[in-house]
Amino acid sequence: MKLSFSAADEQFRIEVATWLEENLVGEFAQLRYRGGPGDEHMFPEERKRWEQKLAEGGWTCVGWPKEHGGRGCSIEQQVIFHEEYARAGAPGHVGHIGEGLAGPTIIAFGSAAQQAKYLPGIVAGKELWCQGYSEPGAGSDLANVKTKAHFDEQKQQWVINGQKVWTSLAHESDYCFVIARTDPDSVAHKGLGFFLVKMDQPGVEVRGIEQLTGTSEFNEVFFDDAVCAADDIVGEPGQGWAVAMGLLGFERGVSTLGQQMQFQNELNQVITLAKENGAASDPVIRQRIAEAHAGLKIMRYNSMRTLSGADDGSLQKEALMYKLFWATWHRDLGELAMDVMGPEAEMLDGGPYELSRLQSMYLFVRSDTIYGGTNEIQRNIIAERGLGMPREPRVTIKPQ
Amino acid sequence: MEFAFTEEQVMIRDTAASFLADVSNSEAIREAMATEQGYSTALWQRICSELYFQAVTIPEEFGGMGLGYVELVAVMEQMGRYVVCAPYFSTVCLASSALLVAANEAQQATYFGKILDGGTATLAFTGNGQWHADGVTAEYRRDGEQFIVDGDYRYVIDGHTSDSLVIAAREQGGDKLALFVLPADTAGVERTWRPTLDQTRKQADIRCNGVVLSAENLMSDDAAEPLAKIVDLATVCLAAEQMGGSQQVLDMTVEYTKERVQFNRPVASFQAVKHQAADMMSRAEASRSGVYYAACIAQEALIDGPLGGELREAASIAKSFVSEAYFKNAGDALQLHGGVGFTWEYDVHLYFKRAKASEHYLGNAAYHRERLATLLLD
Repeated sequence: MKLSFSAADEQFRIEVATWLEENLVGEFAQLRYRGGPGDEHMFPEERKRWEQKLAEGGWTCVGWPKEHGGRGCSIEQQVIFHEEYARAGAPGHVGHIGEGLAGPTIIAFGSAAQQAKYLPGIVAGKELWCQGYSEPGAGSDLANVKTKAHFDEQKQQWVINGQKVWTSLAHESDYCFVIARTDPDSVAHKGLGFFLVKMDQPGVEVRGIEQLTGTSEFNEVFFDDAVCAADDIVGEPGQGWAVAMGLLGFERGVSTLGQQMQFQNELNQVITLAKENGAASDPVIRQRIAEAHAGLKIMRYNSMRTLSGADDGSLQKEALMYKLFWATWHRDLGELAMDVMGPEAEMLDGGPYELSRLQSMYLFVRSDTIYGGTNEIQRNIIAERGLGMPREPRVTIKPQ
Repeated sequence: MEFAFTEEQVMIRDTAASFLADVSNSEAIREAMATEQGYSTALWQRICSELYFQAVTIPEEFGGMGLGYVELVAVMEQMGRYVVCAPYFSTVCLASSALLVAANEAQQATYFGKILDGGTATLAFTGNGQWHADGVTAEYRRDGEQFIVDGDYRYVIDGHTSDSLVIAAREQGGDKLALFVLPADTAGVERTWRPTLDQTRKQADIRCNGVVLSAENLMSDDAAEPLAKIVDLATVCLAAEQMGGSQQVLDMTVEYTKERVQFNRPVASFQAVKHQAADMMSRAEASRSGVYYAACIAQEALIDGPLGGELREAASIAKSFVSEAYFKNAGDALQLHGGVGFTWEYDVHLYFKRAKASEHYLGNAAYHRERLATLLLD
């Protein structure tokens, strides 16, 4: 068991940090610490340009294999990249869904033609993606897909009808990967297809959803006879669930260490404020800040364990509990931030509803324990897959 | 990344697990805890002669295994899982840590030799229940070449049975702190067993009445920093033991709830039960991450490695988190076992009691969080 990085990796760290230092300037300087969760609606145009700047430096898709345009970085180097990226306060990636989800799926399951067509745009930071998984009423039951796709033999293309929801950045995206039911008589995870759908077409409508923060970064997306070319289905019709889920087992969460660096930035803000306004002398606040610090460190050690584990797609217990742990931790940090602010927490800087970063964080973190599988769903997954406890009997309710 | 056990470390862990599961069963624990000595001499001798685990951290030049705190933590995790009644924590985690950090070569040769031969030892430092230098209330004065120690020690693990003692004392009328090592039967040392709520680990009071020591017994007369380091190292070991306990109560609970049928199905299929179990697993895994990291740091601290300066922080992160995690897990285990969890017959209460005892020992969660707060905020 060892903790340190090699000398070569530390050299890589300097390379990353230096590039960021030299390039996060000029019009990009204002983007520091912006565009993260809860702030994704900010500076979209500047962040798109930043994405292309990153691509010029070879800093998009660093973990992808070189033959697909990536940098081919080792796990250690990816960790270092994400850490330094967050440490520099570099802005939230507008391309993260393409880089982290669409691209790897196409690499793993797509045809050579699909790879040639879609991967370069992601690597170049020029084509943005969104994720069409969730549907209204389905909640955490992702397999409860009602969106339908049928193949039009005459036009030789797929026709998609239905609605997706909670689609982050759909309004900025060029493409959406959509799970839709190819077999109308199928249920649950059977009979699905995984489609690569162009957003800029008559059959696709995006409507922003206003969040409790007063802003909107996610959307409803309506597909009304939207079309998709015959060769833009990944895998076989009916096998979409395997495509959608196949990657998750191999997702080792390298970027989680970068996420933690963002959390560290937020905690640092809370600590600075506590020192400034005197809350740091309150024994209860001291306990809570120390607890947050310990929790964040443990999150880091937990990720290190996950990244050190077998690279065979097997489910490790520390990886299974990670979402529950960080989401709960982050929610608690939001409450701590407000309590450190004290009565000032209620005061807005201006505008009808202009929130400070900590106020926005406090509200936004309530979504962390909901999206990507609620805490309750996470506990079911942990109990069933991690502890081998039996499922609850399933009751099928017939539609009225 | 290499933040995982090596093959050799896995072997040590597995050896400990299979041996201890076998010898520290419910019956053996109950037999040992009912005695004043608190452990079976035969079992201790088997741990020493068959596993040689008393030698884990003792350097090879003295005849030990020359391994480090990662290996010791692997053993302690299993000691916690099986609530082993043996003077292992006192001898290896407290006394040997003290000898490693503060003893000179002659003292190490003598006392490591005794430990390797199956002798037991412990560390006594607090007189008032504070777990740092301020807890040292015993005093010493110089009398020519000799040192005279007077004072009280409380909460000394296995203090009434240990063959050797490491004790801390402050200079009378001065501000120096000293550490001494001595045979427990030295004249003037009075030891009293104190019955405890957790019967699986024994504690004693020790009183020094004009105990006369020589330069041979003096480990350090500038011992504030060494004592802090010794306590932090032992804290990491204790956290490992607590983490092992957290895991074991989870395993026991999952097993029990899968077998126990109510309303025509195993209670483990109810979400209310599964969600509690999931939280228990989450706590156990987070504890494991915190403890393994602290173990690596402890090893670095011992050899003055680059990350050694993190020991205080890593120990407090581990101990604060694991103390609450173990107690919550033990409490949840008791709840999820239902009525039988409240019985003497089932083992859950052994863990429940050990969890609280270990939470308090070497500083509870609030104490360790305040140490972290000092690092962060002051």
